[in-house]
Amino acid sequence: MTAVRIFAVGGLMSYRALFYWLTPMIYIPSLVVAPIFQILLMAYIGRSAGLASDEFYVVGNAIQYAAVPCLFAMMYLVGGEKYQNTLGAILVSPAARLPLFFGRAVPVVLNGAFVAAFSLLVGSLILGVEIPAESIPALALVIIVAAFSCTGLGLINAALALRVREAAVLSNVLFGFLLIFTGANVPLSDLPDWMQTVSQWIPFTHAIEAAREVVDGASASSVLDLVGTELLLGVAYLAAGYLLLRFFENQGRRHATLERS
Amino acid sequence: MKVLRLLAFGWYFQFKAISRSPFEGLFQIIWPLFFATVAFLMFRVGTDPKTLLYASLGAAVMGMWSATSTTASGAMQRERWHGTLEALVASPPHFSLILLPITLAMSTIGIYCLVATLLFGRFVFGIDLTVEHKVAFGVSIVGTVLSFGALGFLFAVSFVRFRAAWALGNLFEYPVWLIGGFLVPLVLLPDWVRPISWVLAPTWGMNAIRESALGGTPWPDLALCLALGVAYVSLGVLALDRVLGAARKRATLSLT
Repeated sequence: MTAVRIFAVGGLMSYRALFYWLTPMIYIPSLVVAPIFQILLMAYIGRSAGLASDEFYVVGNAIQYAAVPCLFAMMYLVGGEKYQNTLGAILVSPAARLPLFFGRAVPVVLNGAFVAAFSLLVGSLILGVEIPAESIPALALVIIVAAFSCTGLGLINAALALRVREAAVLSNVLFGFLLIFTGANVPLSDLPDWMQTVSQWIPFTHAIEAAREVVDGASASSVLDLVGTELLLGVAYLAAGYLLLRFFENQGRRHATLERS
Repeated sequence: MKVLRLLAFGWYFQFKAISRSPFEGLFQIIWPLFFATVAFLMFRVGTDPKTLLYASLGAAVMGMWSATSTTASGAMQRERWHGTLEALVASPPHFSLILLPITLAMSTIGIYCLVATLLFGRFVFGIDLTVEHKVAFGVSIVGTVLSFGALGFLFAVSFVRFRAAWALGNLFEYPVWLIGGFLVPLVLLPDWVRPISWVLAPTWGMNAIRESALGGTPWPDLALCLALGVAYVSLGVLALDRVLGAARKRATLSLT
């Protein structure tokens, strides 16, 4: 019961306390307006280059932009403890680490999914991309899985935030990496071979492909393999992030460097 | 002369201060390279090599704007957090002579981005940049840096009442890339967007750099870019007087 409380209540409280962007003055420019402009920018570059349709960029960038809330929020939720000088108190507590860290991920997944869904909706309306009503439930599933998968990467980012001083910069670098490799803006087949190989092992690639197929009218069952792969990647990243957190926690204890910023 | 000396030393001091964090400095260079890579990959499918050159120059100036927009918007906030804002405002010179070198130093960092992006395009994507008018190209870059710094100054003053000024500056990154015609020809944008792009100095700075590199006539574009820069500074100075007057009256200068 305690674990459930730490997972649910602790996770929500940490999110409200540590995700600094939960103020309208940051949330609206960064997570509501900026993704729309990213979609417009990429769609117009795409028109200029004559590479793909508007739909391609709307779907790709809407989902890829979920990286911003997922990566930054996870970084704030764990790394933020260090800057608030509360990390020691958290880690000295007997609370089980799994619910402690994973509980913080749930609001992040939901927010990431909201940002992607909102961007997809508004981007589609502005650029006149039609999304069939019957594809919305499948699309919602794909978006949630995409946000989950990236939150897994976010947990790794959070663990690194215990070590790296410029954690926000690191989050931006990961975002840029995902912008190139996920096929959000360049069809995977047009990427060099080594980039295609990398793209198969990172969040969003499979989700973006699945979302594009769903918007084109594919059924949910026909993209289950893609969604399943994305989900597995998310689980793997989450596990890796958790192990990395424990590793840095142990290192921090051993070298008395937990709160060194 | 005193004014020029203050601007020059202020710029040099701020430029050195900004360059202190290697991690952040490296990021300023790497960040636009992500977008440049995407743009190069997208334009590579075209058969005309001039298209890639067009993209290379656009992506390079994108980096210059990135180095300015977010950081300059939060320039006054940064001084506030450092606890130095009151001392700077209370010093004898007009505060604009202190703030302007800060935003100019930020936009100067953009030259690193420009060079890095052009070299990246050359060595990774094989985009051969042959500059037709070398002098005009150099002058255009300097003019664009000055106008970016001036626009950053206006942002810094305009957003000072917002606690998260950096977020507003961040918000203007993509729109200026788009509306400034960095990677998208303005004719592709809706008609109503064009007047907005005309009042943006980055649009003319981009044109001047492109014209000088590709062999056109950059001087009218450069003149417009600089004229708009002067207009931004003038507007900024007027706004600054009002902002500082109000802050003094209400004793809110140091409030975050």
